[in-house]
Amino acid sequence: MEFELTEEHRMAQQMVRDFAQKEIYPTIKEWDHKHQPHPDVLPRMAELGILGINVPVRYGGQGFDYITLALVCEELERVDASLRVIMSVHAGLNSLALLQWGTEEQKQRFLVPQATGEKYAGYALTEPDAGSDPVRLRATARREGDVYVLNGEKMWISLATLADHMLVFAKTDPNAKPEYKGITAFMITRDMKGVTVGDIKGKMGVRAGSTGWIAMQDVEVPVENRIGEEGEGFYIAMSCLDNGRYTVGAGAVGCIRACLEDSVKYAKERYTFNVPIAQHQLIKQKIAYMQQWYDAARLLILKAGWLKNQGKRNTRETALAKWFATDMSVKAALEAIQLHGAYGFSDEYDVERYLRNAKGATIYEGSSEIQQLIQADYALGYRQDRPLRCELPGYDPEWWQSEN
Amino acid sequence: MHVAVITNCTPDTAADVAVDAGGNLKVDDKLVVNPWDEYAITEAILLKEAHNAQVSILTLGGPEHEEALKHGLAIGCDQAIRIWDDALQGWDSLAFAKAVAAAIGKLGDVDLVLFGKELPDIASDAHIFQTARKLGWTPLGFVAKIEALDPAAGTIRVKRQVESGTETVTSRLPAVISVLKDINEPKYPTFIGIRKAAKASMPVWSLADLGLDAAAVAPKAKRLAYQDLPKREGAVEMIDDPALLVDKLLEEKVI
Repeated sequence: MEFELTEEHRMAQQMVRDFAQKEIYPTIKEWDHKHQPHPDVLPRMAELGILGINVPVRYGGQGFDYITLALVCEELERVDASLRVIMSVHAGLNSLALLQWGTEEQKQRFLVPQATGEKYAGYALTEPDAGSDPVRLRATARREGDVYVLNGEKMWISLATLADHMLVFAKTDPNAKPEYKGITAFMITRDMKGVTVGDIKGKMGVRAGSTGWIAMQDVEVPVENRIGEEGEGFYIAMSCLDNGRYTVGAGAVGCIRACLEDSVKYAKERYTFNVPIAQHQLIKQKIAYMQQWYDAARLLILKAGWLKNQGKRNTRETALAKWFATDMSVKAALEAIQLHGAYGFSDEYDVERYLRNAKGATIYEGSSEIQQLIQADYALGYRQDRPLRCELPGYDPEWWQSEN
Repeated sequence: MHVAVITNCTPDTAADVAVDAGGNLKVDDKLVVNPWDEYAITEAILLKEAHNAQVSILTLGGPEHEEALKHGLAIGCDQAIRIWDDALQGWDSLAFAKAVAAAIGKLGDVDLVLFGKELPDIASDAHIFQTARKLGWTPLGFVAKIEALDPAAGTIRVKRQVESGTETVTSRLPAVISVLKDINEPKYPTFIGIRKAAKASMPVWSLADLGLDAAAVAPKAKRLAYQDLPKREGAVEMIDDPALLVDKLLEEKVI
């Protein structure tokens, strides 16, 4: 068993930390207040290669492993969840889906420009009336010759107004039994006729993130934009979540670290009863819990990353890591606010932003309740992993780093 | 064209620094690449891009300074060399200059040596100008911009920041430059560079490799012990009456 990060891991982590801390942190509060994405984030992440960090070099990426993806997400959310959300949808939910399920032609057409950052990508499964129960989705895709005609509405979609490529799910067979076998995946582009998008305002957190809706009215999608086979969409959607949840959990680890680091700093600076509050036992208890949550959540995430590197299924481990890390990030943020006292209740400090950001992650990409059901069903034997037609490739450094 | 950039690791400026009972310096954090050197490394890479230059990065110090070399490789330097020998333990600026100048000489075809403005842990730039002296090259300190460089003609024009403002200076190459923060926006390592740096082997050049002996680099002065600065003492007095406040400030010669 090896717990050490490699030299490459540490240097990539430091590079992303420097970027996020130097370029984004100084003004992130302003963008959060404005409910607008920081305009430099996406272009800079593209330019620096972060968007394609763990896509093989032959597909335009940087050829790093799945552990690096988690380290990157931790560093990004250490500054703000809106940065990590980009990685969740662009890299975790979309690019890795192409790597797993796309044909070689689709990889060249969609994955390469996404990995280089030339195109931004998102993932649209959720609908106004279908979240935790995606089988109930209402979007439809009707085959007409060489195209599918898509109709429907998607909701709570990250990068809805910014993404060029969107992986959408729609029913090609509304009468399929079982129902989930009627769902098919498609890559649509924002410039397709009949696609309209908009932003959602009034979010509690991730206010510097882009979240919106997509309406599809008679959108003609070429057959060659279908990802996977007809009726395979549910398997694809769920496999995407194995990667999206991984990034969300890794980001939550960064949020816990933010709470811990900010709390340690404040506890040494703030005096009560003539001593720094760090010397009070009840403050120490909060710090200790935050450290415990950070270490445990990080280990769970890195274990899931190790499984991915090995090419092993990790649905249960990823779901567990996401559940634990996101729930603990909310607790850490609450404790950080308590420790900061009245200042923590004010937006003068960052900890209230951490709480508002953390809460969303216990809801999106599978709520904490869904993750609990997954764990229980595995333990009870109600749920078992079955082989997929296309498995996510494990990390083979030679293959991932070679040009062709 | 061949550019050499000299770098070192230094304690983070935000690190807590203390002196123990034995007079030894204790720094609570890991070392970082000298922030001034970030500009020098970036400038070297910009010259590489503009003039197809070869860039060598060198450090003088123990293995803990390899981080600075790897950082340079990850940004785009072509080769990294660490200069070290037990006889350099406790080096002073002249010893540093002699060893670095010898290493530059060993590289052979260097046209330009870049340094960050100073070593912040010892708040000194003497080693930069001593290196230039040992090489017999033009020292160009406090450079805020390289305005023109013509490798074929062997000339360089730079803007220097001086106390009275700025001055533009031309010189023949080879030269030794120290750079200021205005010169560029430091680059981040690239991911491809990181992979290269992680796998790179970095030769260590000893004094023997440089044709020097221990006596040549023996420090003229020996650092015996560090001492903590005396703690600052003060008291706060709240004065509500503005008139009294002004009187007090006048009395204390604050205004």
